[in-house]
Amino acid sequence: MNWKTPRDMIEVLPRNILRFAVLVFLQVFLLNNIQLSGFINPYLYVLFILLLPFETARWFLLFAAFTLGLTIDIFSKTPGLHSSATVLMAFLRPYVLNYLAPRGGYDPGTYPRVYYYGPGWFFKYASVLIFIHHLFLFYLEVFHFYDFFFTLWRVVLSSAFSVFLVVLSQYFIYRR
Amino acid sequence: MRNLFRFITRHHFVFLFVLIQLISLTLLFQHNNYHRTVIANTTRSIKGVLNTRIYTLREYLSLRETNKELLEENTRLRNQLIDSYKTTEVPVEKEFDSAYNKQYEYIPAKVVNNSTNKQHNFITINKGRIHGIEKEMGVVSSNGVVGIITGISQNFSTIIPVLNINLRLSAKIEESGYFGSLFWEGKDSRRVSLIDIPHHAEVSRDNQVVTSGYSAIFPAGIKIGTIEDYKITGGNFYKATVELSTNFQNLSYVYVIRNHFQQEQIELENTERYD
Repeated sequence: MNWKTPRDMIEVLPRNILRFAVLVFLQVFLLNNIQLSGFINPYLYVLFILLLPFETARWFLLFAAFTLGLTIDIFSKTPGLHSSATVLMAFLRPYVLNYLAPRGGYDPGTYPRVYYYGPGWFFKYASVLIFIHHLFLFYLEVFHFYDFFFTLWRVVLSSAFSVFLVVLSQYFIYRR
Repeated sequence: MRNLFRFITRHHFVFLFVLIQLISLTLLFQHNNYHRTVIANTTRSIKGVLNTRIYTLREYLSLRETNKELLEENTRLRNQLIDSYKTTEVPVEKEFDSAYNKQYEYIPAKVVNNSTNKQHNFITINKGRIHGIEKEMGVVSSNGVVGIITGISQNFSTIIPVLNINLRLSAKIEESGYFGSLFWEGKDSRRVSLIDIPHHAEVSRDNQVVTSGYSAIFPAGIKIGTIEDYKITGGNFYKATVELSTNFQNLSYVYVIRNHFQQEQIELENTERYD
């Protein structure tokens, strides 16, 4: 990360570590065990990547994503699957942020959250990255294109559900 | 070199991404059975397609060689054709010649019962009267003489094989042409005896013993066995031990020989006898 002030060091790092732990816990012990109508698998853990500060160094993004994905992988016994998808998502995050940047850029001291940039902006930001993540993840998981549209349908529904959870989390936990 | 370094530093994000992604995918393909299997199968089928292509190409490239081989084979076969031999026969004689009449006909049969350990052994085969089998027909296997048909029913026939002390065959030594009488002494299922070979005949070990063709049952020259040992008995005759070429212990398919001129020959010989 790009440490500018002591405040970042004291506030941002512990908060992110905690977020990491909570999201992994939620994903592994709760969300991985529920399967809605058989084929919707929400992946809330990507919220960690979404909420990293704007100034986060890009190399750190990739390493954080790899670590996060691998942690999920270890718990779900699929080494490489989630890490691959999460790393792709982290790689694309700067470009998506760039594309969605408001006129004049992102203000210093703000974070990519509903509180700062509104539900519309956050929805677009989250849904694009989550869709990419899920698309890559699901196709990598089935690893064939025989049931192309069935898998696509799973991707769309699971993404919708994940986005719903991610946006919802903004109103329940991260008010500020 | 410095440009390359600058290029890498400028795009370090992309390179790092590719690197980490490669690590992830390596993990995925090495530690997940399903993905590994899919990768292996895909590789195998691609390899299979490539191999087929390469093989076809190689086949095409070796057409010249193949053509040459086929041509040589054609030449060899063509040279064996009867048309390639100039006949020395006088055409007038040929009109009365029976050389092109088929004399022997082979009927395949399967052995359904067989014994080799008695003095009077018999073989049963699955062809009988309705298949055209008659008494006194000769039976051979792909390795040599088996025996003679003695009993027939509608669908089965019994053979009195060489390995029966009651059977005597006319046999000759292929190399010298001297003939004698062949029979089994009832001891060793691999060996028979050949007697009545005149003592002035040239006999040596490893001589081939074949049917003489005198009996109207077997065509001449069907293999019986090989001379293993010989000695002079009763003054003027050789007695030879012959190792059979047919293995009666694992006999399974035989051919019954129909001689179209058998009847004619026997009738003729009978008139000679009675006159």
